[in-house]
This record gives sequence, C-alpha cells and structure tokens, in this order.
Amino acid sequence: MNILTPPRPGLECLAVWRRNALVWRRVMTTSLLFHFAEPLLYLLGIGYGLGRFVGELDGMPYFTFLASGFIAWSAMNVASMESMWSVYTRMVPQQTYEGILATPTKVDDIVFGELLWCGTKSLMSGTAILAVAALLGVVSNWDALLVVPVVFLTGVCFAAPGLIVTAYATSYDHFSFYLTLVMTPMFILCGVFYPVASLPDTAQFFVQLLPLTHAVEIIRPIVVGQPITDLGFHLAALSGFGLVTTWIATALFRRRLIK
Amino acid sequence: MVAVVDLSFDIQPQSCFGLLGPNGAGKTTTLRMLLGQSPRSGGVLEVFGQDINHGRRAIRQRTGVVPQADNLDPDFTVRENLAMYGSYFRLDPKVMDERIPTLLDMVELAPRANDRISTLSGGMKRRLTLARALVNDPQLLVLDEPTTGLDPQARHMIWSLIHQMKRSGKTILLTTHYMEEAERLCDDVIVIDEGSLLAKGSPSELIETFCESTVLEIRGDVKEIRIQSLPANWRTEEAGESLYIYADDSQALEDFSKELIGMFCLHRRAMLEDVFLRLTGRALRG
Repeated sequence: MNILTPPRPGLECLAVWRRNALVWRRVMTTSLLFHFAEPLLYLLGIGYGLGRFVGELDGMPYFTFLASGFIAWSAMNVASMESMWSVYTRMVPQQTYEGILATPTKVDDIVFGELLWCGTKSLMSGTAILAVAALLGVVSNWDALLVVPVVFLTGVCFAAPGLIVTAYATSYDHFSFYLTLVMTPMFILCGVFYPVASLPDTAQFFVQLLPLTHAVEIIRPIVVGQPITDLGFHLAALSGFGLVTTWIATALFRRRLIK
Repeated sequence: MVAVVDLSFDIQPQSCFGLLGPNGAGKTTTLRMLLGQSPRSGGVLEVFGQDINHGRRAIRQRTGVVPQADNLDPDFTVRENLAMYGSYFRLDPKVMDERIPTLLDMVELAPRANDRISTLSGGMKRRLTLARALVNDPQLLVLDEPTTGLDPQARHMIWSLIHQMKRSGKTILLTTHYMEEAERLCDDVIVIDEGSLLAKGSPSELIETFCESTVLEIRGDVKEIRIQSLPANWRTEEAGESLYIYADDSQALEDFSKELIGMFCLHRRAMLEDVFLRLTGRALRG
C-alpha cells in the first residue's frame, strides 16, 4: 500500500471512536459544563454588550446573528483542538495508536475514527450553544435542529486539517502556529461577528477561500430560519475541503505511524 | 535508513523461536516488518504461509504482540484495557466477557481488575500487556524483550506463562538480551547483527558449534598470566580485569585454575552468552 492510496477505512474506525467516547464519558460533566458555560459567557458578554450598539444585522437581532456564527466557529474550534492536542496525546505520550496498530485496526481506521470523534465533539458543542441560544430566547424555531448534521460535517472537515498539523508535530508548541495563523483569522474574517459582504471586494474574494465562511453561510440561515442561498455551492466547498484534507491527513498518518 | 539487510529464517509451528542480537541489530525492525508496522524495501515475508502485504488483516487476527515499550491505555482500568483491545479485533463482547476473567486470573491481576494503569508496577504492566496480547487467542505470539527491566520474581512468572503458552500449542517469537532466557525458553534461535544473520540453530547446537565446552573466568591480576605459554587449543579473551579461557578439556582447565593463587576463578560450562559475545564481539553498542 502506497501512502497516497485513497483512504480505506473499515468498521474498526468505530472501535476507535468508541474508545474516545468512553474516555470522554468519565469527564462528561466537566466537559458539558464548559460546552454550556463558554458560549453563555460569550453570548451574554458580546451579544448584549455589543448588540446594544449594533441593533439589527441582516434582518435579525445582533444577538441571534452572533449565536448562529458561534455555532459554526465552535464546530471548527472544538474539532481543531481535539484533532491536535488530544490526538497528539494519544499518538506520542500515550502511544495508544502503537498499541492499536498491532491489531487488525489500521492507520486509516484510526484517522477516520478520530475524524468521526472530532465531528461528534463539535456536534455536542454546537448543540449546547443552540440550547443556550434557545434558552435566551434568540432562537425559537424547531427547524434550527437541522443544523446538527451540518455542525457534525463542519467538525469533521476541520478535524482533517488539524490531523495534518498533528502528523508533522513534534511537540504541543507546534499547534500555536496553526491556531494563530489559520484559526484566529478565520474566527475574525469569516462572518462570525459581521456579514462577509461588509468587507472590501478583494477581501471578500479571499474570505470565500476560507472554509469557515461556507460553514457560517449554511449554519446561520438554518438557525435563524431563513432560506439558504447557494446551499449546493457552500456544501461542495466545505466537503471538498474536508475530502482533500482527509486524504492528505491519511497519507501523512501512514507515513508517521508506519516507520 | 537500512535496518535489516540479509536475513532469512523459518519458524516451526508450536515452537519458541528466539531472535537475538545486540542493541541496534535489527530485531525490533524485523518484528515490526512482520506485523506490517515498518515498511520494507524488498524480500519475501510470509506469516502462516501468507504474504504480509496481502494477508495483513488475517495475520493480525491470529497474532498477539507484546511490544518492547508498554503502551497500555492510561485512560482505562486493567479490565477495560483488555475489553478495549478486544474491540480493535472486533471480537464479540460476549466472548470477551468470558475470556477476560480467565486472562486476569492467569496473569494474577484479578484483584486489580478495576485499578487504573498508573497504579500498577512495572511487572504488573508487563503481565497485563501479555494478557492483552492473548485477547484474540492468537496462534502466534510475538514478544519483544518481554522481561527487560523486571525483577527476578516477575521474570520467572513471565517465563512460566511463556512455557504455558507453548504447551497450549502457540508459536512464540521472542527477542531478548538475556541469553539465559533464550536458553531456557527457545527451541531455536538466530543471532543477528547489523541486520544480517550470524548464526542459527538450537541453543545447544550453537554452543557446540561456536564455543568450546567449558570456560574459566579469571578476575584479578590477569596480566601476570603468560597467555603464550597456554596450550594452543585454548582460546583466550581479555576484557578489562578479566580473562576468559575457553577449552574442551575441562579437567586441564580445572587443574590450571588451581595453580592460580590470589585470583578469583570460576570454572563453568559454556553458555549461549559466550556464543553471543563471540559472534557479536565485546564492543559496546549505541
């Protein structure tokens, strides 16, 4: 098998997913508390504070605008953290993958199990923000729940580039580059805080190249209950990005783990 | 980097086969290639008669591995480690429920079943790793330095478990730095260095082929001994303060030792360790 052979995950990837889920179960209470507390702090602090000056944006209260943007951002954030810090911990200090690779479970299964798990964590976090937003009364339509699978997809698509970074990492310090150079710009530029349309034209073109933009463009209308414009395009852009990075991540993990 | 160059060997089913060599000889790489965990640039590698590139999955299903460095899952308890490992083989949870208590009893860890890995001693971790390698009831058991760093009690227990495995019909492939261990456990061994084969045979065959039958170890003022005046068919080796004399004539060696006053003498039969040192030299390895 060449390292560039397309990924061929088997059902064993579910065993890897299950492993992580069982570990998570132990810290569930703390983890869920953070999933709720963090967005609550952001939403209340920024939403109420800034919302007072902004008023309405794109035909919705700023609070709602922000909450829907946060769901997309947190899907990216949670999946990136998990695919870098946690995956590195399992790969290097704990040598968990080394143990797994002596069984019929393969590198591809590990990669896909981790992607699914990252997507699951994004899903939990996105759902928590949605619940907080509903409790605060800024989201009131049940159709908003349709956002859950999109959040999962977004998590998976952002976990793959995280795995690419991890495949090169020699220490945890490595991840702060990606955090500062890739994640923070997307957090600021991709429409979480303000509509992309308010940026200069040239900037808008570049922002379209960033995957978080497309996640926001799908997630916000679903949460708010507005029709999605160019759904096919945004889905294709997001999934295309996810597919390419998944392939690269699989190749790099084969190289890193089969040595 | 090339780790294994010229190596070919066959392992008989239901035997214990030892892969011996100094540090950096290529032992671990050979084991890893066998499991498809290290890439290889050429050659034929078959396990259970199947090429490892094509039958990798089937081979792993029938193989158990005790790696050199412990990689038990620190996020789980003793029992959970076994259950989790079984899930990587996609074993039926019902089968696992029956098998796990038996395995824990076998390695004497049943009282620790619900303890976390971090609370176990080194010996317990090794025993658990051995139990983990048996969750899929493998036909082939691969042990990479299974007793390194263990106290004598733990080592003897691992040895008796390996004997038990052998009696139950499993094929065992093991690497070790302890020649005493190889002599006790292995039916056949190969000695490798720098990725190439130096010798193969049973431990007794190797001793017969590569070494005189008895050894006299002398420590003290060995510079006083005039090596030139010793019989021509005695082989000598100097290592620091020690002199080793190898000969087939046990009685002559015994008589010679009595003439040495004020020096420590140990007259013993030749062992696999003597063969190993003769084949691979006394120089330290990286």
